[in-house]
Order: sequence, then structure tokens, then C-alpha cells
Amino acid sequence: MLKVTNSKISLDQLSAYRERCKEEFAQKADQVIILVGLGTCGIAAGGAPVMQAIQDELLVQAEAIKQRALDVVVRSTGCAGMCEAEVMVEVRRPGGHRTMYGQVKPDLAKRIFVEDVVGGNPVEDLIVHREEPGVKPGGVLAKQLRIALDNCGYIDPEVIEHYIARDGYTGLERALSGMSSQEVVEEIKRSGLRGRGGGGFSTGLKWEFTHKAPDEKKYVLCNADEGDPGAFMDRSLLEGDPHAVLEGMIIGAYAVGADEGYIYCRAEYPLAINRLRLAMKQAEEKGLLGENILGTGFSFDLHIKEGAGAFVCGEETALIASIMGARGMPSPRPPFPAQRGLWAKPTNINNVETWANVPRILARGSDWFAGIGTENSKGTKVFALAGRIKKTGLVEIPMGLTLREIVFDIGGGIQYDRPFKAVQIGGPSGGCIPESLLDTVIDYDSLIRAGAMMGSGGMVVVDETTCMVELARYFMKFVQSESCGKCVPCREGTKQMLSIMERIVSGKGEPGDIGLLEELSAVVKEGSLCGLGKTAPNPVLTTLRYFRHEFEAHVEDHRCPSGVCRALMNFFIDPEKCRGCTRCSRICPVGAITGESKKPHSIDADICTKCRLCLEKCRFEAIIV
Amino acid sequence: MNERSFPKINQIIDIWERKVSNLIPILQEVQKEYRYLPEEVLTYVATALGMPLATVFGVATFYAQFSLEPKGKYIVKICDGTACHVRGSEVVDYIIRKKLDLSEGQDTTDDLSFTVERVACIGCCGLAPVITINDQEVYGQLTTEAAEIVVEDLLKRNAAGEVH
Ligand SMILES: Cc1cc2nc3c(=O)[nH]c(=O)nc-3n(C[C@H](O)[C@H](O)[C@H](O)COP(=O)(O)O)c2cc1C
Ligand code: FES
Repeated sequence: MLKVTNSKISLDQLSAYRERCKEEFAQKADQVIILVGLGTCGIAAGGAPVMQAIQDELLVQAEAIKQRALDVVVRSTGCAGMCEAEVMVEVRRPGGHRTMYGQVKPDLAKRIFVEDVVGGNPVEDLIVHREEPGVKPGGVLAKQLRIALDNCGYIDPEVIEHYIARDGYTGLERALSGMSSQEVVEEIKRSGLRGRGGGGFSTGLKWEFTHKAPDEKKYVLCNADEGDPGAFMDRSLLEGDPHAVLEGMIIGAYAVGADEGYIYCRAEYPLAINRLRLAMKQAEEKGLLGENILGTGFSFDLHIKEGAGAFVCGEETALIASIMGARGMPSPRPPFPAQRGLWAKPTNINNVETWANVPRILARGSDWFAGIGTENSKGTKVFALAGRIKKTGLVEIPMGLTLREIVFDIGGGIQYDRPFKAVQIGGPSGGCIPESLLDTVIDYDSLIRAGAMMGSGGMVVVDETTCMVELARYFMKFVQSESCGKCVPCREGTKQMLSIMERIVSGKGEPGDIGLLEELSAVVKEGSLCGLGKTAPNPVLTTLRYFRHEFEAHVEDHRCPSGVCRALMNFFIDPEKCRGCTRCSRICPVGAITGESKKPHSIDADICTKCRLCLEKCRFEAIIV
Repeated sequence: MNERSFPKINQIIDIWERKVSNLIPILQEVQKEYRYLPEEVLTYVATALGMPLATVFGVATFYAQFSLEPKGKYIVKICDGTACHVRGSEVVDYIIRKKLDLSEGQDTTDDLSFTVERVACIGCCGLAPVITINDQEVYGQLTTEAAEIVVEDLLKRNAAGEVH
């Protein structure tokens, strides 16, 4: 019988311990496991009361459970990636029968408990996904391949034994069982893994630089700053499978010769930070982290640093400055962190998702990993699919899939079946890709050719209700306010670009504006110190490239074709369509809408603040802009 | 003024080993204590760490998380990340400010009960638009009605004197 002891394990005990974990956590024949998704999104959607309802029901149904000789286990798990279906509840039966229910409320949780768990009859109308042993998963998962997210939504992230039972710490075991640090670096090089934090630099090569640096003291860092305002891959990974990131970092520290490391995590992710802290404590207790890891003599000391809200701190040199307690300002490279990083020591920095891939590569071999993906982009990439799409969530796909497959096959297409307009990739450093380029394959190089970039994996889909010019202004505003101000092209250039963009969306665009934007873009791109400035014009440039007509409509005709830019709009009510239901006049916060019940209403343009509330409220499409 | 002692702050500084490199976590905890960073406290921290006030000030003003102005008891963060932006965070913002009687450019109510902030991505983009209250409660897929209900509930809680 497994003793879940807190004592340290040695290298030669690890695989026996893993077998015991597997035995202990293998699902017994009479066992029904109920999992409730309690990541940040699950909680946001009301996960806690659902969990409570299930626990209550466990007591209420105690007799029935006993009669049927069932062993019902309730657990929490991380994000399964299907955000729009939160709260998710899974009923898992032995042998790999998984039934996932979506949009569960406490009363529905009760139904699931009574009908499925106890009664054995799935609640068909609530099922969002189903897996049967030996059958390739269909639906949203059909085109996905889960490597980094493998455990997310499957294990309880707060129990280290769950991770170990899923072949966790096998990669570390292999690295420490006779592989030299050089060999580990080689293995990662051969896998073809490239950084998932945006730049796409070869991870193996980067490790080699730090590995070769002559200093005694070295550091490894995990970039969990996830600054792209439309991305949440790293959060879900940290919340759903923190040990994968830890294991990756421990392997990386061994490979480059570091004995200390930091995880720099956004303060906006409190749950991720808590889970990381817990995971670190568990790993230390087991002898997997800290002094004398697995009794091999290799030590690695890990700390967490919370960010304080600055996008630029995601840039590696700024992140290092911030760990040292200073303003997070980037510095010119070279010297690269591999030469002179944290406290002026050689430092290897990788992104959360990059780290999470490492243990899998070590465990399954570089050939396996290099067999997935395209010529120059290996493995998978996690994307955060959001915006005006039916199925929002996290998707992990093998490199080489097309954007169309992601948006339509996995994401289910646009909400309310409206026409697709663009997909924004790479956040404030990336760009928007139009319908005509939807067949672009996802790999680092193709996306750059299309004018966007892989970025960290934010993918926001927009439809005709989004004005592309306004969206470009939104990103400009973002980078302008996040520019740290150190270099002039970025500080002043983004400011000028923003003021032109604001002029355009408020209907005051002037004939030369588009040309001026293009000119400024070139200066900011060329002259800026760090990646923030160098990529800041991208959203504007791709919009100019693919949606120039929208720009021209704003500048030349003072018209917003999407009906979004307030200053360019007038609201009025179509008397033919208005039924006088008074919904609009009741919601209008400024009292601009008047009219008698059951008679057409009207809007006083002088009072109207164009807040769009009436537009949202009207059920008869009577509000015209 | 400089003779005033701040036992709680001393404690925080001690926990962080009086290290200059821990300035950010120190300020974070001080802010948890006061809900903002009062100027005399910044002076105190600078002296205690033996660093120029200008440097402490520089750090405190660099990071969005720090506030040199008093904040409300309830901090409502409205996500204006990309996903929330394209799914109507603007309207949610409008409703919430309206309900809390905040005028243009004002972020904190006069009685220091509520502060409304716009933040970039809370990491729940799949549930956009999203808001959080005191970083503890997260509300997603907000419609205008839902936003109104959340604020009304908050007003009630505030009136009932519940402290978070
Ligand atoms: C302005 C700016 C913001 C960045 N933000 C992030 C971020 O939030 N997360 C991240 O992993 N990398 C970010 N990066 C990239 C990092 O500088 C660095 O390349 C990355 O952490 C390296 O890890 P990787 O090789 O594993 O991708 C950013 C870069 C720039 C220029
Ligand atoms: S954009 Fe709002 S949560 Fe990400």
C-alpha cells in the first residue's frame, strides 16, 4: 500500500514510488470520480457553489451510494480549456469513460449526481464532451494535441502524487540518471523546441549559451508575466499543472548549471501563485526541489516574485531589473542575459509554456517531439481563443494547422453565425489577419510573413461589430501607456501615433494622416530599444495592410463602417420597427429616449451620449446607427 | 513626522530582510495594509532601506499596481483586455461608473467606498467581459443587467458595513 509520506525520495526510489502512485490513484472498479473545474474561470463562472452542491449531495445520497456499492470521489481540477462551458463537471468512470458537463449550476449539479453518478444515466442535454476508451476524441478536441496541457483539467493540481502518477518527474529522473548536463542541452536542441513566449528562439541554443558561460553562479527564470491583454495560456498551465513547470525548470537548471531560480508571475494571477507555492512545498518535501535533489548532490533553490503590473516587465531584461527591485526598464542587448543577467550572472529565461514542454521532451525523447509539427516549428502551441467566437477557451494544436481550422473547426465559428472579419494574433506586438489569409498555417515563420507573429498565443477573433481602426487604436493606447519611456522613438513615437489614431476615430482625421502613420511606424520600429517599441506599430501596420478601406472611410468620409466609433455615429429609432416596448427608454442613462408605451420612441441627439445601451437592449433591431 | 514610527511597516521590512531588492514586495505589502502608499510611508521605507527617496518613488510610480492616492474599500477592476474590449467592456465600465455616481475622470467615490479601475486582461478572456472585486471575486460573461446587479449587491454590502 502506498504511503504518501512526506519524506524525501532518492533517485533509485523514484520509479517505484511512481508505480505506487499509479496504483493508488488508478481508478478502482467501483469508483466514480467527479471533477469540478476550479481554475480562475471555473470560479468566475460560479464553481464554488457547484462544488458545494455536489458535496451536499454526496451526503444526501449516502444511502443510495452504499446500496449500489459505489465509491464516489469528489475532486477539483484545473481548466479543461472550454471556457464558455464553465462551470465544467466531469464524471469519470474506470477504464477511461469520461462524461463532461458544461454550464453546470448547483441545481444541475444535483441532477448530474442523482441521474448519472448514482443512477448511471448520463444527463444528455448537459453533455459538452465525451470520451470513450480507444476512441479518438471528437468535437473541440478532435484536432487538438495536448502536450503542455496534457494534465490540465485531468489531475488535481494540488496533489503532487497525481502528477507523479501521470509519469511526472520522469524527465527529471532520466536527466539525473547518467545524462550529463551537456547531453540534456543536446536533447533539447535536437527536439527543435522554440520559445513559446513570443520570439521563438531555439530553446536548446539558448540553454547552450548559459551552459557554456564560465561563471560558477547562474540562474534560471520563468517568465510568467503573461502581458498580452487577451491571453491566458500561462495562467491555465500554472493553475492546472504547476509541477510540469517546476520540473521543466529543475531540468533546465541542471542543464545550464544553475543552482537558483525565480518564477516571475503577474500579481493578477493570485490562484496561480498559490498553486505554485504549494507545488514548490510539495516538491521540496519529496526531495525533488531544494538541497540535494533526489540524493544526487544537485541543488536548486526556487523563489517566486510577484509582478506589480507593467507590461514591459515581460521583456526579459526588464523582468530581470524588476526582480532586482528596480523599475522594470529594458536594457540594450548584448549583453544577453545568458552572458550577463540577474545580478550580472549568466541567466537563462524561458516562458511558462516552454518550460512545461521540457519534462515531456526528456521523458519521451527528442525524436518523438521533433516528429510533431512543421519543418521549422516543432511540437504544439497553446492558444487562448477568445473574442466573438462560439467556443472560447484554450486550444493546443500541433504546429501546421491552419487558422481556419482553429477558428471554425475548433472554435465553432463566429457567435450568432455573423461573418468573420479578422483574427488578431500576438496581441499588441502582433497583427490582424483577414479572411483571405485564413489558410495560413500556424508556425513561427508563416505568421511573420503574414505580418503578425506567433506571440505568446493570444488569439482574439472579431466580427463585423468590431471596427478595425478602433482596435488598432486600442493596441496603440495599450503600448503607449505601457512604454517605459526610456527610449525616445518608443516614448514619443507611440504618443504621436496614438494621437493620430485618436483623431481618426473621432472623425477629425486629416488627408495626410495615413501616410504620417506609416512614416512614424518605420521610425518606431527601427529606432526603439526593446521589443515593445520594435513591434508596437504592428497592429496599425497590419490594419493598414488588410483593412485600408476602413481607415480611408474614417479619414476621408468621416464614417465608421462598423458603426463603432462613437463620434462618427448618430443613433435614431426606426419608427417602422419600434414597437414601443420601452426597454430602451428605461435603460437610457441620460433620458435621451422618449415615447409613449406601444408607440414608436425617438432619441434626442443632443442628449444622447452614444453609449450603445439601447442598441443592446432593443429586441426589434429598431435602433439604427 | 519623521519621528513617527510604523511598527507594522517595520515588521514588513524585516520579513523581507531589509533588502533593497525586495522593495517591490515590501511596497506590495505596505499597500495591502493601507490600500495605497502614503507619502510619509514611502519616506520611511526609503530611510529604513537606506536608499534615496527618489528611487523608491520611481519604483512606486512605475508599476500600475501601486497607488499614491487613497483607494476605496471595494476595488472594482474592469478588464479592458483585448477579449473583453471586443465583447463590450466599454459598456460595462459605463454602467458601473454610472451606478456608483463617478464623474468623468473620477475613479474613487468621495466616501472612499469604491474604486473603479480598468485593467488589462485578468486571464479569463474566455468569459469576457470580466470584472473582479478586491481580486477575490471574479464575475464573467457580464451583461448590462448582470453588471447592474453586481453593483447593487456591492452597494448593499457596503451599506451593511461588511468589510472584506
Ligand atoms: C514588451 C515585451 C513583452 C513581453 N512579454 C512577455 C510575456 O509576457 N511572457 C513571456 O513569456 N515573454 C514575453 N516577452 C518575451 C521575453 O522577452 C523573452 O523573449 C521570453 O521570456 C523568452 O522565453 P522563451 O524563449 O521561452 O519564449 C516579451 C517581450 C517583449 C519585448
Ligand atoms: S481580456 Fe479580459 S480577461 Fe482577458
